[in-house]
Amino acid sequence: MRITCPYCGNRSLDEFLYHGDAEPQRPDATADNAMDAFVSYAFERTNPPGQHHELWYHEAGCHAWLVVTRHVSTHAISSVDIARDLAKARTPNTAGRA
Amino acid sequence: MGNSSYRSKTGGLIDRSQTIHFWFDGVRYPAHPGDTLASALLANGVRLAGRSFKYHRPRGILAAGSEEPNALVELRTGARREPNTKATVVEVFDGLEAFSQNRWPSLKFDVMSINSLLAPIFTAGFYYKTFMWPAALWEKLYEPAIRRAAGLGRASDDPDPDRYEKLTAFCDVLVIGGGPAGLMAAVTAARSGARVILADENFNLGGRAIDDASVIDDQPAAQWVCAIEAELDQHSDVRVMRRTSVFGTFDGGTYGALERVSDHLPSPPSGIPRQRMWRIVAKQTVLASGATERPIVFGNNDRTGVMLAGAVRTYINRYGVLPGRRAVVFVNNDYAASTARDLVRAGAAVVAIVDSRPGSTDAVRAVARDVGCPLLDGAVVIDALGSQRLKGAVVRNAAGSTETLSCDLIAMSGGWNPNIQLTTHLGGKPQWSEQLSTFTSGVLPPGMSVAGAASGEFSLKGAIVGGAKVGQVALTQCGYQPVDCAIPSAISESAAMSPLWRVDGGRGKAFVDQQNDVTTLDIELAEREGFRAVEHLKRYTTLGMATDQGRTSNVNALAIMAELTQKSIPQTGMTMARPPYTPVAIGAFAGHHRDKHFKPTRLPPSYAWAKSHGAVFVETGLWLRPSYFPRPGERDWLESVTREVKTVRNSVGICDVSTLGKIDVQGPDAAAFLDKIYMNAMASLAIGRCRYGCMLREDGILLDDGTVARLGQHHYFVTTTTANAGKVFQHLEFCRQWIWPHFDVQIISATEQWAQYAVAGPHSRALLRKIVDQPFDISDQEFPYMQVGEMTVCGGVQARLFRLSFSGERAYEISVPARYGEAFMAALLEAGEEFDACPYGTEALGVMRIEKGHISGAEINGTTTPTDVGLGAMMSRKKDFIGNVLGQRAGLLDPDRPTLVGFQPVDRGQRLRAGAHFLARGVKEIAENDDGYMTSVAYSPTLGHWIGLGLLKRGPQRIGEIVRAFDPLRGYDTLVEVVSPVFIDAKGERVRG
Repeated sequence: MRITCPYCGNRSLDEFLYHGDAEPQRPDATADNAMDAFVSYAFERTNPPGQHHELWYHEAGCHAWLVVTRHVSTHAISSVDIARDLAKARTPNTAGRA
Repeated sequence: MGNSSYRSKTGGLIDRSQTIHFWFDGVRYPAHPGDTLASALLANGVRLAGRSFKYHRPRGILAAGSEEPNALVELRTGARREPNTKATVVEVFDGLEAFSQNRWPSLKFDVMSINSLLAPIFTAGFYYKTFMWPAALWEKLYEPAIRRAAGLGRASDDPDPDRYEKLTAFCDVLVIGGGPAGLMAAVTAARSGARVILADENFNLGGRAIDDASVIDDQPAAQWVCAIEAELDQHSDVRVMRRTSVFGTFDGGTYGALERVSDHLPSPPSGIPRQRMWRIVAKQTVLASGATERPIVFGNNDRTGVMLAGAVRTYINRYGVLPGRRAVVFVNNDYAASTARDLVRAGAAVVAIVDSRPGSTDAVRAVARDVGCPLLDGAVVIDALGSQRLKGAVVRNAAGSTETLSCDLIAMSGGWNPNIQLTTHLGGKPQWSEQLSTFTSGVLPPGMSVAGAASGEFSLKGAIVGGAKVGQVALTQCGYQPVDCAIPSAISESAAMSPLWRVDGGRGKAFVDQQNDVTTLDIELAEREGFRAVEHLKRYTTLGMATDQGRTSNVNALAIMAELTQKSIPQTGMTMARPPYTPVAIGAFAGHHRDKHFKPTRLPPSYAWAKSHGAVFVETGLWLRPSYFPRPGERDWLESVTREVKTVRNSVGICDVSTLGKIDVQGPDAAAFLDKIYMNAMASLAIGRCRYGCMLREDGILLDDGTVARLGQHHYFVTTTTANAGKVFQHLEFCRQWIWPHFDVQIISATEQWAQYAVAGPHSRALLRKIVDQPFDISDQEFPYMQVGEMTVCGGVQARLFRLSFSGERAYEISVPARYGEAFMAALLEAGEEFDACPYGTEALGVMRIEKGHISGAEINGTTTPTDVGLGAMMSRKKDFIGNVLGQRAGLLDPDRPTLVGFQPVDRGQRLRAGAHFLARGVKEIAENDDGYMTSVAYSPTLGHWIGLGLLKRGPQRIGEIVRAFDPLRGYDTLVEVVSPVFIDAKGERVRG
């Protein structure tokens, strides 16, 4: 398998580390249901057939975390995005900077 | 011995000007360069090549290529001994030694062939049914006996002396197979300028055009092939890889290929590997892998002298060898014609053509007339006669009567199966073609197209036209402009056939899978017992599960099962292949990554110094660290370690701790970021101060510990344990990029930038005072415990000083740029001479941390929480951090969880052992009574006896209790006293001086 890193280009699988499903978002630790939400976040995965958004780490490259959209039956990769860009667009800026 | 009488006077692609010699089972035979071991054996009249797997039946040579199921031999001797090599693909070289397999005491007289007489009990599922009980006998009796009787070849017990390489190649068009279709595809793509790789498993190109001595463009195929090869050589962007098997299709246009660089030589030349493992990344792939001929299943069809008709033609045309003098040609198709013609031309007599099709065809009738042999149409061979040498064929004619034909060769053909294995590796399902009575490729891997016989186009003309067409599509897909090229002329011979899967009525066993000795009876039994699904059939009978992956057997077996169940073949199932297409040596997958080259060895900055000072090294992860520094007169490691510990506790010692992971954290949000990472507060850390910190996984389990130093408002420097340096860095990047992307913070690994030494002991400050440059004040007032500062040493060398202690003594860690590491170690020891300072290694480091009750990898082992190791109070309640929420799960806070305490033997003279489990006194030694286990032990020079750390249920409440430390694996059982994990200086006064 090969992954096209947005920074480094088309590279062999063995430069990357697979992390897991990119769908679960880290819940608010202060919410009332925080424990249930964290249990689900840490342990529960649906693993449906078809397209998955997955987190990969370009360990032997630029150290970027990537969100790879991959069809888990065919391994066809339809897009590779920079995880930080997606995360920034998704989460409100609670740090109050940048 | 002269050249043998089975060699024709002329013909073949062998070099008759040279005679070389090889050995088979200790006998020396002549051969010519260009021979395979199989062709050379046949040329010398050697028919018997080995004994079969289960029944030890005498077996010869069935095929002429990599599909060969029978003629498996051992090659070479000593460390290079290689089992299960197909004689049909081994190139003969002068001095080659080969041995038949699976026979004892000799090939011609094999005692285990008694199995053949016991055949009724060696049926499918035999092992499952017979050796069920008593179970205890499996390991001791059944399995060793079965393995001795049923094994194939023997691997060498010695390390492989050869080298292997792993390479990656990129191309526009990968062409797999160098027959007429592949050559046309390659040359078409090459002419347009595409980057082409052409790989063929054989040592010369041409495929069946050479095997059949075909005519292309009005010239012998061999000439045409030479011209194409010469043209390909002219293109600088074309690589022709002979002796290269493409064995697997992988995702993203990646293919695995094995190049046998030196297997055709006595031993690899200096600097040349034996084999190369290629990873080929191709934009487009043309599969032109040809087809494999199907045997016909009839009685005793495994006898030596029963051969595939296509292989007979290959031996005649490619090697100038006659596989027999009196041949019966037994077919269900028109390849009877070329087979009979080639046999007669080479000087053999064709006793009869037996064509199962009533009426046969014009093409076959014409050839029968030309060569003057009887054509028995609508007839079948039901039995082969003779044991070690074929003596005749029993033929049942259309009317049902039988006659025996005397012959020494049965050339059989049941049609052809396209070699579509590489199309199925990504899950593409083969499709049944009624027209061709075989499976062809279904959905193809992205970028792959199929040409020639592999696509079910069996005629020469079809291969040439198809190859050119598919080559053109591929080059266009890659963005090149097609160039007009003429299509060479060739005949379009008939491949007409009518299915014949098996012949009944024979007296002998009819083999379907010859390599695993699976007969029609086994398939019938599997059907009767309900193992009808193809995957069940395979596993129950072992059909298709030998090293040839059933290349000559799978389709026949499916068809027979379909007949038995009265279903169609596609209803019965299909055969899917997995990589590798042909066996690949493990050495080739490993490549250079053997022994110490499996992973890199990392050397700490003081390595050379330590080596020259007699250090004994230990591997910690990738690092090679000094374990201890023995001195003359010391009897063992314990004496050296004891001396090093005492030196630190009484004076001063120096230890290279550069292997700790070091991460530089900078940015306006560095403080907020580290607050999220560590379970204790880091934002509140004052500039110039250090703090011990622990980080958790999100599930609340300890991930790592280390120190955090704040060098500036926006600048932290953190250390990790040696083992977790990479993992922690990855974790920090994950948190920074994915969980808290808005933090303005950057991290970089600085592990290799700094050489860092622990200077530990009561005299550590005095020693450092001699090293640190004058303006910098390191008095206790200015530089108290947990202080950090940047300074210079040795007259201007940049340095960082951290007042940290792992040993429990007054201690510092001082770091300089890594390039000064070796010199700085020497400078520290020189400065320490007046204090009798010594270097110490990981052993003394470990002893002192256990004496102090500090946790390490044995305690942070992926199952422990902060509370388990006595650090629960460190967890912040005021902030969110990784592991915060899930760390509060009830199960993790259970007071019954094993918790860190110290242990000492009741009898102080006894030693302790890590891994021993704790039992309350007087309870039974069963898992339910397990109270935890010892994690770390050491001999404490300070206390004069062994001490240990361990995780004990409700440990802190059991201080003073006596428990058993029980280790049944090592036969160790002793009483230990539960004590505080801090064995010395419980108040921690010594770190402050």
